[in-house]
Amino acid sequence: MPLFPCRFLPLLVVFAAAPSNAVEFNRDIRPLLSDRCFQCHGPDEETVEAGLRLDSFEHATADLGGHAAIVPGDPEQSELLFRISEHAEDDIMPPLKSKKQPLTKSEIDLMRRWIKEGAQYQGHWSFEPIASVDPPSAGKNWAANPIDRFIARKLGEHTIKPAPPADPHTLAKRIAIDVIGLLPTPQQTKEFVAAYSKNRERALEAYADQLLASPHHGERWGRHWLDQARYADSNGYTIDGDRVMWPYRDWVIRAINDDLPFDQFTIEQLAGDLLNSPTKAQRVATGFHRNTLINQEGGTDNEQFRNEAVVDRVNTTGAVWLGLTLGCAQCHTHKFDPITHRDYFKMFAFFNHGVDVNNTGPTVEVGEGELFLGEIDPLLTQQVEKAKTTLAKLAKTRDQRQAAWEKSLKPEKGDAPTHWTRRLPSTVKAAGGAPLQVMADASVLAGKGAANEAYHVDLEPSPEAVAAVRLQVLTEPRLPKNGPGLAGNGNFVLTEVELWNGDERVPVARVQADHSQPGYDAAGVIDQNPNTGWAINVGRGSSPGAKMNANHEVHLILAHPLPPGTALRTVLRHEKNPHYNVGRFAIDVSSTIPAPTHHEQLLAALQIPKKERTDSQKKLLSTQFDREDQARKETEQELAALRQKMGLGKENARAMVMADLKKPRETYIHIRGDFLRKDQETGLLHPDVPEVLPPLTTDAELPTRLDLARWLVSDANPLTARVTVNRVWMRYFGLGLVETENDFGTQGTFPTHPELLDWLANWFRTDAGWSMKKLHKLIVTSATYQQSSHHRPELMEIDARNLLLARQNRLRFDAEIIRDAALGASGLLFPQIGGPSVRPPQPTGVYAFTQTSKNWVDDRGSNRYRRALYTKFYRSAPYPMLSTFDVPDFQTVCTRRERSNTPLQALTVANSLALFEMAKGLSERLLREADSPEERITLGFELCYARQPSEREMDVISSFQISQRAQFALDLPSAKLVATEGATDVAESASWTAVARALINTDEFITRE
Amino acid sequence: MMNLPSVTQQQTRRHFFQDCGVGVGSIALANLLAQESTAAKQVGPLTPRDGHFKAKAKNVIFLFMAGGPSQLELFDDKPKLKELDGQLAPDSFFPKEKSFAFIGKGAKLLGSARKFKRHGPGGAQVSELLPNIAGISKDLCFLKGMTTDVFNHGPAKLFMNTGFQVPGRPAMGSWVTYGLGSESRDLPGFVVLQSGPRGPRAGNSLWASGFLPTSYQGVPFRGTGDPILNLTSPKGINAQSQADFFDVVGKLNQERLQKTGDPEISTRLNAYEMAYRMQSSAPELMDIKSEPDSVLESYGATPGANSYANNCLLARRMVERGVRFVQLYHTDWDDHGNPNTNLADALEKRCKQIDQASAALVTDLKQRGLLDDTIVIWGGEFGRTPMGEQRKKIIGRDHHIDAFTMWVAGGGFQPGIVHGETDELGFGVVDGKIHVHDLHATILHQLGFDHEKLIHRFQGRDFRLTDVHGHVVQEILA
Repeated sequence: MPLFPCRFLPLLVVFAAAPSNAVEFNRDIRPLLSDRCFQCHGPDEETVEAGLRLDSFEHATADLGGHAAIVPGDPEQSELLFRISEHAEDDIMPPLKSKKQPLTKSEIDLMRRWIKEGAQYQGHWSFEPIASVDPPSAGKNWAANPIDRFIARKLGEHTIKPAPPADPHTLAKRIAIDVIGLLPTPQQTKEFVAAYSKNRERALEAYADQLLASPHHGERWGRHWLDQARYADSNGYTIDGDRVMWPYRDWVIRAINDDLPFDQFTIEQLAGDLLNSPTKAQRVATGFHRNTLINQEGGTDNEQFRNEAVVDRVNTTGAVWLGLTLGCAQCHTHKFDPITHRDYFKMFAFFNHGVDVNNTGPTVEVGEGELFLGEIDPLLTQQVEKAKTTLAKLAKTRDQRQAAWEKSLKPEKGDAPTHWTRRLPSTVKAAGGAPLQVMADASVLAGKGAANEAYHVDLEPSPEAVAAVRLQVLTEPRLPKNGPGLAGNGNFVLTEVELWNGDERVPVARVQADHSQPGYDAAGVIDQNPNTGWAINVGRGSSPGAKMNANHEVHLILAHPLPPGTALRTVLRHEKNPHYNVGRFAIDVSSTIPAPTHHEQLLAALQIPKKERTDSQKKLLSTQFDREDQARKETEQELAALRQKMGLGKENARAMVMADLKKPRETYIHIRGDFLRKDQETGLLHPDVPEVLPPLTTDAELPTRLDLARWLVSDANPLTARVTVNRVWMRYFGLGLVETENDFGTQGTFPTHPELLDWLANWFRTDAGWSMKKLHKLIVTSATYQQSSHHRPELMEIDARNLLLARQNRLRFDAEIIRDAALGASGLLFPQIGGPSVRPPQPTGVYAFTQTSKNWVDDRGSNRYRRALYTKFYRSAPYPMLSTFDVPDFQTVCTRRERSNTPLQALTVANSLALFEMAKGLSERLLREADSPEERITLGFELCYARQPSEREMDVISSFQISQRAQFALDLPSAKLVATEGATDVAESASWTAVARALINTDEFITRE
Repeated sequence: MMNLPSVTQQQTRRHFFQDCGVGVGSIALANLLAQESTAAKQVGPLTPRDGHFKAKAKNVIFLFMAGGPSQLELFDDKPKLKELDGQLAPDSFFPKEKSFAFIGKGAKLLGSARKFKRHGPGGAQVSELLPNIAGISKDLCFLKGMTTDVFNHGPAKLFMNTGFQVPGRPAMGSWVTYGLGSESRDLPGFVVLQSGPRGPRAGNSLWASGFLPTSYQGVPFRGTGDPILNLTSPKGINAQSQADFFDVVGKLNQERLQKTGDPEISTRLNAYEMAYRMQSSAPELMDIKSEPDSVLESYGATPGANSYANNCLLARRMVERGVRFVQLYHTDWDDHGNPNTNLADALEKRCKQIDQASAALVTDLKQRGLLDDTIVIWGGEFGRTPMGEQRKKIIGRDHHIDAFTMWVAGGGFQPGIVHGETDELGFGVVDGKIHVHDLHATILHQLGFDHEKLIHRFQGRDFRLTDVHGHVVQEILA
């Protein structure tokens, strides 16, 4: 027997078999015709068999030479009815060779009744105008708002009562997870529960308002939108290089937080660039359609991949706004839906004029954080202007300042040379196991160790005060090319030099080096950024005569001198390039601030009268002056500080945006979807919308993306509002009212509650003025939403899949929310909104299977603990935790994710370093914030599940903690690895990490109940 | 009435699956149940099950030679090409609608420098570069008339693996485990292994499950370190502590199951149990030190190395343990004529890396009686042109999609035959053409599937591995 060929949907079982009702074409008959007949007797004229089409009344009742497929009112005379019955024998439809399932007896009965009742056709439901519906009167004592009345009526028809409301603890977690994607804090839960006991309705409303106003709401719902936008941080295909797309992501977050009405939200993303004098944000919004893939492989045909991108834009637009599978019509007229091949390429014509061609395209410059700026304090703007004026003035007086500087450097000035004292290392250790050998001159020679080594060097106390520290890197015959680095060419990249006095980080005011590789300035060693560092190769921009394989030095000038007797600890980190570690170094200190570093050539150039200097000497001096020009540097720093105050970060990025060519490209049908085969016969196509849908209204001779966007959100469009409310509904209940949320065509499912869908769609675009936040609030304050999610065994026979919504559904969190919830419970979450994507720890070995390895250095500091939507996303090698929990790779639009439940998920939460760190964070919090074991367990439940433990749960955890403690006491080295840092009683601490780990590994932790 | 099994049956069966395999999200499972037409069939995501008819084979090992090995240096001897070596390729090689990745008109024909002999009962041509494979020609079914549609690596690899050029479709291994489940309780049903200087182009989309549930996606096993990501317990958690951890998580989940009645929690309980078992079964699987020296020697495998030879041995161990589909990727066969990718020393080196182990795998499977129900497939995403390509005076060839060679063994394929023939220059197929879709259809056929019926509906359309194409090639079946 065939395994999977029968394609019916179970809701038909629930709804179609109610025999008392009249047969309704859209609900009962169309699915049968579409499934069994349209492939050969549908709208595609090219494949129509025997000249018979069954997709309209006119076609189906046409005279076929003395007989007709359908004779309205007369089933026995209808050829169709005979051919689908077993009496047709060899002529049976659908034919055996089609491998389609024959119609069952009950399906044939439905057909007979339908023909008998007159064979009334209806237009496909989703193409019909959105009906104006009044909420029924059902659900009087239960309904909180109109949604519930529709649900209650259907439940009433099946004599089912709704489930009781979930308890307030569950609601506190449910609403917080749904609206902002973070767990409520114990305090939030407590307040909500207290308010709920006083006035349920008011408490819910206030809680929903509070959460909808949170800036995290935009992150939560932005993520759903980014799925549809196929957002990623890389180009895709085989090379999969980095791209700058995060400004678009930030735009989405901001737009959702601002509750930009969905019609405007649509227009700005599809055509923001075509608006009258668009703002920068509106241009960034068009990044929506720049999320298409780019093929950087050698030997590719750019025109081919430009066409691929346009195809993807058409298909994505169809899926996101229309809920239609336009893609089917790329190669031929749609087999099931009335979308012709020609319709497809008319849509294609809207997107065929993009300036971007595969790997080239327009961009706009965006500052980090710029898209979140609100009203800017005019005082700040003034100060910025002032700083800019100062900078302009300084530029004019630059030459005078350089002359003064040169004078100040003349040796006759008689500066006392800095006196450096070498400090003997008391202990040296390499984190990755590199051998470190202290040589006779107190310098340290390093051997090969881990790819990204960190050297820990403790120095003997200094008898004098310390105002500056000098790190010398030294040549050595045993190093590659004499060193001083361990890289093949003798180079290194030193990303951080940390100075510690006991547990205090010693602040460094500035650094200077005698020589730096262009792009690898010594300033990188104190900026706490693992992606910047000091290196010494010679390249364009280097001073003439500079040499890589020579001794070099970097000075760290302390912000405040350290008193005599301080024992400095230093850490040298190499986090950027693998095996670019320093090979030999020495550390000196000085009690005075050293003069600027100048190598001999510079001093020699100074001796030569100005007019006689060579070009390279002039350049040498002017470059060095620019490096040391304090007046200019201070103003620049001030400007940077002002930027930061305004909410702007360091980085400016070029965001990828859409723009159209001045002279449009010509569009033809591509025969069989092949871009090289243009259908000249049909001729040139103008941009237009599919004929089956309401016409585009525009005066433009050549309609644009802007016309398309306006049409999508116009009153006449029957799809956009339905598709949009249905997707929002799906996020809250697990299934949409239309289960096939990405197919509102004839092959899709019929809505379970058609009137509710239309009421919601109408309400959303008129009453709510396309406000997403109003829609969210309406849903979360409905009684339907607030029902308990506990299973109701008594309903399994009637409604196994809970399509009637006689309870809520338990839904596993999306991947991102799992990480975010664990970060929240552990207290480690760094809640910054927006900015460039980050790299939290991921297991090694991710790139064993990709063509190119990505430069993934785990972030340290706060970026390690950002929400998951900020994790850098490479399409060829996504962050493994995300993929394991069903995040797609964003090659194409994703409107709904799978929810799988696999052992790899269990391994991820149980064992991954990232989640284990969070368990440790939670453990530390339990130890810090509660005293007795019972209080700690209770706090753990409140943090993780927003509820109190049951007695049994308390017992289970309690005895687990005691046994873990006993085990760890017998194995202190292990306990130390599991305990939180700095714990005094390591066995105790480790046992609480074990508890915390168990708490975040339950089904409940990752489930919205 | 439609023959959907009653809900109570579904529930009972669901509980039955839980004892047999791993769970899947309730929505996905409900879909599977809904799609099923016979009440008796049970369809846990990885529960072993039968296809449409009695299968000849039940496992697949796909030795994927990523980059496109040159059939003209390995399996398809063309004396005429040697004769015309250095002459301009005829214009007919460059029709208007055709393009190559890098070469164009003006490219010169290139005769192979390799010596060929005929082997086995079918008289297969195998060059001196592959003596061990030549030695088992009697067990192999050579397909010399392979053709494909795409000439870029990424899309072509996707095409060979998923039947489509664009990412986002299920891999063959996903389709097969979707259809047949897996015999292993402790290991994934579809495993991917990799060797060579780098990963294959197109990366994880080659073994992604596309729109099928993620239970069916290929799980990459690494040759060194943790075979699966996150397989090792966190540092400081010893075996006892880990066992206690899984135990307490189980208890908490049981509590919640009682309270909510959600069967999804049972599925999660099972997933945690299998995860726990995998922590010991996967390292045991990867530990090839337990193999006798004679076996290690026959493959050329070295414990601890990350090599093609080790992967071949691992493939056998996986099939023995019930893994349904094992795919090996070995890079990089893209011999355009670069220092590391050319038809001279680079090709020789690569052939040495794979020849002995490929042959040993087939022989070993045969000796253990596993070859009858295991299909071994050897080949790349396309072949290489009869025209040469010269980069910096190193000899190579460009991508060629119109004629190339693959071989299959076991699983009910006819051993010792050569199917298909190319023209005298090796440019096109003159007889026995097999398109990628046909190969897919035939492999599914041997596994018990009608390729037109192994379908999944996505975005309003029924998708198959073979799209709307594919014919079973009966001539190569035993």
